[in-house]
Amino acid sequence: MIKPRDITVIVNGVARHAAVEPRLLLADFLRHTLGLTGTHVGCEHGVCGACTVLIDGDSARSCLMLAVQADGRGVETVESLGRIGQLNTLQESFHEHHALQCGFCTPGMLMTATDLLRKYPLASDDEIREGLSGNLCRCTGYEHIVKAIRAVVGKGGVAR
Amino acid sequence: MKPPVFDYVAATSIDMALSALADAAGEAKILAGGQSLMPMLNFRLLRPSILVDINRIDGLGYIEDDGAIIRIGALTRHFQLETSAVIARHLPIVSHAMTHVAHLAIRNRGTIGGSLSHADPAAELPMLAVLLDAELLIASASGKRTVAARDFFLDALTVDLGGSELLTEIALPKLPRRTGWGFEEVARRHGDFALAAVAATLTVADGAVMQARIALTGVGPTPLRAGAAEALLVGRALDRDATERAIEAVRGAVTPDTDLHASSDYRRHLAGVLVGRALAVAWRRATAIGAKGGAEANP
Repeated sequence: MIKPRDITVIVNGVARHAAVEPRLLLADFLRHTLGLTGTHVGCEHGVCGACTVLIDGDSARSCLMLAVQADGRGVETVESLGRIGQLNTLQESFHEHHALQCGFCTPGMLMTATDLLRKYPLASDDEIREGLSGNLCRCTGYEHIVKAIRAVVGKGGVAR
Repeated sequence: MKPPVFDYVAATSIDMALSALADAAGEAKILAGGQSLMPMLNFRLLRPSILVDINRIDGLGYIEDDGAIIRIGALTRHFQLETSAVIARHLPIVSHAMTHVAHLAIRNRGTIGGSLSHADPAAELPMLAVLLDAELLIASASGKRTVAARDFFLDALTVDLGGSELLTEIALPKLPRRTGWGFEEVARRHGDFALAAVAATLTVADGAVMQARIALTGVGPTPLRAGAAEALLVGRALDRDATERAIEAVRGAVTPDTDLHASSDYRRHLAGVLVGRALAVAWRRATAIGAKGGAEANP
């Protein structure tokens, strides 16, 4: 029997304490322990990008991290971006450009785009496509997602 | 799937990690960026008794300019390599290659030490280590040793690293003066592992190649240097004839596997095409900077 570890993770600005098994994935900690089901779990091996969150500001696959690794770190999930009626600029742009249909990939797309907008100039649509190449979407054909992000680049990024 | 049961220790120093590895007697796995290890755990391809997490060791992620050498800490993230001004100035081929390594969310976490220790047969960093004649510093509870990258990769996912050893530093010699470089890769999707990739450097003086280095990945169980092709290029200008002869030498030297993504014949053909392209770009860069000298003058 492996003893659970006490961890404190700052999730969307709030300190959350829990005792977790070392093998608990960060994605499952967010969804099952904390009930933050905005983060989606698709492939569980880092290919689909649906579970992407920010760790101390940098995007990462939450299916490829253990909850114990997030002890003392800051985690931002899609729930940090905005609320119904109060979407942030990027979410508003996804809404405006019809950048989602079923919505399964959307949390990962939004968190990935948030990091891309901070780190790269995204001067061309090719750069945006390259940046999204680690996130799979089976509905939109990506075109509207690229347009939504393009529109935010045009507005000078996301104020957060 | 979910990972199997394992114990876990977050090492806060290299000594603490080495002692945990020694205690586990070969049953431990080192958790660095986790971008290869975690999928293998989720698939239950591995069942270590304990994970030794090295992410909380201070001072294991660094890029240092040390004279003729760039020293890189094993925990340096791919994104740091991609964006480092020191790497861009002295090893621009590494900066460029990093944009082919997976995706931003993976590059934020993945580490150079992890990539080399994992040794995926189609990964970029093992190829660059072999191309650039890297020296790897390895530590264990009983001491330290160095191994040349060319001797480090033994087979697919198999390296010269014992169960209680930790790769701590990668020493990369800077590109020599008047050296041009080329990097060519074909993958099914941007950021995926290469179907084949080639990295080359040409050091040129008086219109002739003084030193040629060609490395390949994705065309065998380990990254490899194309020694015969390199020798053919030295002492003359890179013209069409020299390029064709190098391509033929490379195609004769590789025996790629057939898998879901590409046949052996396709990969062999592709390796030749990419060698030709990489050499042409390296020659153009080397001759363009010939008069000015210095790898830092590379575009």
